[in-house]
Amino acid sequence: MTILSYLKALNRAITDEMERDPTVCVFGEDVRAAVTNVTAGLVKRFGAERVLDMPISEQAFTGVATGAALSGQRPLIEYQIPALLFLAFEQIVNQAHKFSLMTGGQTRVPVTYLVPSSGSRDGWAGQHSDHPYSLFAHVGVKTAVPATPADAYGLLVTALRDDDPVVVFAPAGAMGRREDVDPAALAPVPLGVGRIHRPGTDVTVVAVGHLVHDALEVAEELSGTISVEVFDPRTLHPFDWQGLAASLERTGRLVVVDDSNRSCGIGGEILATAAEQMRLTAPPKRVTRPDGAVLPFAEELDRALQPSRDQLRTAIQTVAKAGGFR
Amino acid sequence: MADSAALYRTVRLIRRFEERAVELVRAKQIFGGIHPCTGQEAIAAGTCAALRRDDVITSTHRGHGHVLAKGADPARMMAELAGRATGLNRGRGGSMHAADFTVGVLGANAIVGAAAPIATGAAWAARRAGSDRVALTYFGDGAVSQGVVLEAFNLAALWRAPVIFVCENNGWATTTRTADHAAGSITGRAEAFGIPAARVDGMDPEAVLAATAEAVARARGGAGPTLLECLTYRFDAHHTWEHTARPRYRTPEEVEAGRARDPLAVQGARIPVADRARIDADVEQLMDAAVRFALDAPLPDPATALDHLYADGTRVRAGAA
Ligand SMILES: Cc1ncc(C[n+]2csc(CCOP(=O)(O)OP(=O)(O)O)c2C)c(N)n1
Ligand SMILES: [Mg+2]
Repeated sequence: MTILSYLKALNRAITDEMERDPTVCVFGEDVRAAVTNVTAGLVKRFGAERVLDMPISEQAFTGVATGAALSGQRPLIEYQIPALLFLAFEQIVNQAHKFSLMTGGQTRVPVTYLVPSSGSRDGWAGQHSDHPYSLFAHVGVKTAVPATPADAYGLLVTALRDDDPVVVFAPAGAMGRREDVDPAALAPVPLGVGRIHRPGTDVTVVAVGHLVHDALEVAEELSGTISVEVFDPRTLHPFDWQGLAASLERTGRLVVVDDSNRSCGIGGEILATAAEQMRLTAPPKRVTRPDGAVLPFAEELDRALQPSRDQLRTAIQTVAKAGGFR
Repeated sequence: MADSAALYRTVRLIRRFEERAVELVRAKQIFGGIHPCTGQEAIAAGTCAALRRDDVITSTHRGHGHVLAKGADPARMMAELAGRATGLNRGRGGSMHAADFTVGVLGANAIVGAAAPIATGAAWAARRAGSDRVALTYFGDGAVSQGVVLEAFNLAALWRAPVIFVCENNGWATTTRTADHAAGSITGRAEAFGIPAARVDGMDPEAVLAATAEAVARARGGAGPTLLECLTYRFDAHHTWEHTARPRYRTPEEVEAGRARDPLAVQGARIPVADRARIDADVEQLMDAAVRFALDAPLPDPATALDHLYADGTRVRAGAA
């Protein structure tokens, strides 16, 4: 067994895939110097032809990746900031994502978009603290939000092998995680398959990304009184609806903790689908950012708008004791 | 127009502000970190000296100098960096979003290039309102291949908008050299749109002032935009995270050579030694007071975290209910 950090897991996934497949190449700003550390060592090992420092031209280099993908390459783009996805949104959503259907299946667009440190990153304020994974799930781009180092490795490998565009969010709140793993057991993780981190019988908590770890802590704290099952969907689109339904068969009670803005966030979709199709014995709850939140700079203000463990604990307790649907 | 001593004072103020801010980052009094503009002070000092109080600017992630030179209160600026309720933005903006509309600072911006069209719009609106106000927008060399900047050049030229584009070319966009990210030339980009462009010694506040004064006169006179490419060097880190992470992209020799010409020395040599000492002492006092003000200031109340989200006070649902 060895200790694997989340950061190293991302680095290793890219390294392994570049080693295995000569068409995998890396685009991004400062990826040779590896300011995020995700691309450390890549230029030395694979050369400047495959690891390209880009000008600050996000729309253009995102489109360049699409063109390269139409022509046999498998680019990975690293965006330094989650908000850069807004600049590239047209190229990802309206171009890369639509090629397959619009060409009647003549082509595929295997591009991976990686955002290391998504969400609030302590002191980077309004324009650097978004967590827009729900936007991508909404428009239908495959979207992964790994919570652990092994899943970060497995999902990034899968994204790189996938023939469609895939966005991988590596939440700032998870980037510091470390885990004891058997290196030989590191393997691709399929899209659309959730993971139960902790089994339980009273309430299912669906937690996205870094919030899985908060959910596990709260579940442990509550273990004397409430048996909490922690379900990590790992990918938001496709979503493991079957896995969630199976969990709700056991518990019948649901809380979602999600770092999206409340309105139209993935948490709302999860509650809606559960209400429509799954077994619920009490009204469900979600803990999210507020509607349309813009994270203010000051630490106490930033924290006040992110889902907290206190809010999650209260939501679980409320749902656990709620009477059944009338 | 500013005299040599006033220009020196602005350069000194920015330098000391940045040095004190870096200390506060190290002491964890500033959450996150900052992009220090040390070495680049002459551009802020020289450009703002050519502006009136009612002219407007937009700034960048490396924007403390611009905001101070335009006239924002250093104490409230420092309080903003420290995330206090009495900061310029009431603790909502921090280093990369400092704004002070009372002195024409429409805001620093954390997205490279994003402010160029915003300044162009402000310039257009000033003219439409019958004012001779001008807008001046700063961006780095890294911004010159951002589509929106080139789109703004086009609009500004088409409309002869009273805007001055100031490129602070410090030779680097984070770890990438200008020559490795920008094909052609920076002035050539503007010239392609018919915008007059000049390269300016960005280490000399008086050279920057002279070039800006000309561009401002052109803009106020209705002759449209100008681009000034100010050549400079960033003395410190891209961002204070470099102080601990220490990525290697500039050799110590390069940094030493880049620091050889210091705007503080360039401007300091132009004024009598006694005046210089008096200004230095004044700035020191001002900075002591600014740091004290910032650290004594109240923290914002978490219950107000969503205040100012909408102009009309529209309330939204909380994240847990
Ligand atoms: C659109 C956009 N892309 C990337 C970034 C991340 N980033 C912040 S500063 C920077 C480099 C900017 O270089 P330059 O414009 O030369 O300004 P300098 O930092 O040298 O002052 C980058 C890539 C960003 N903030 N915005
Ligand atoms: Mg630069």
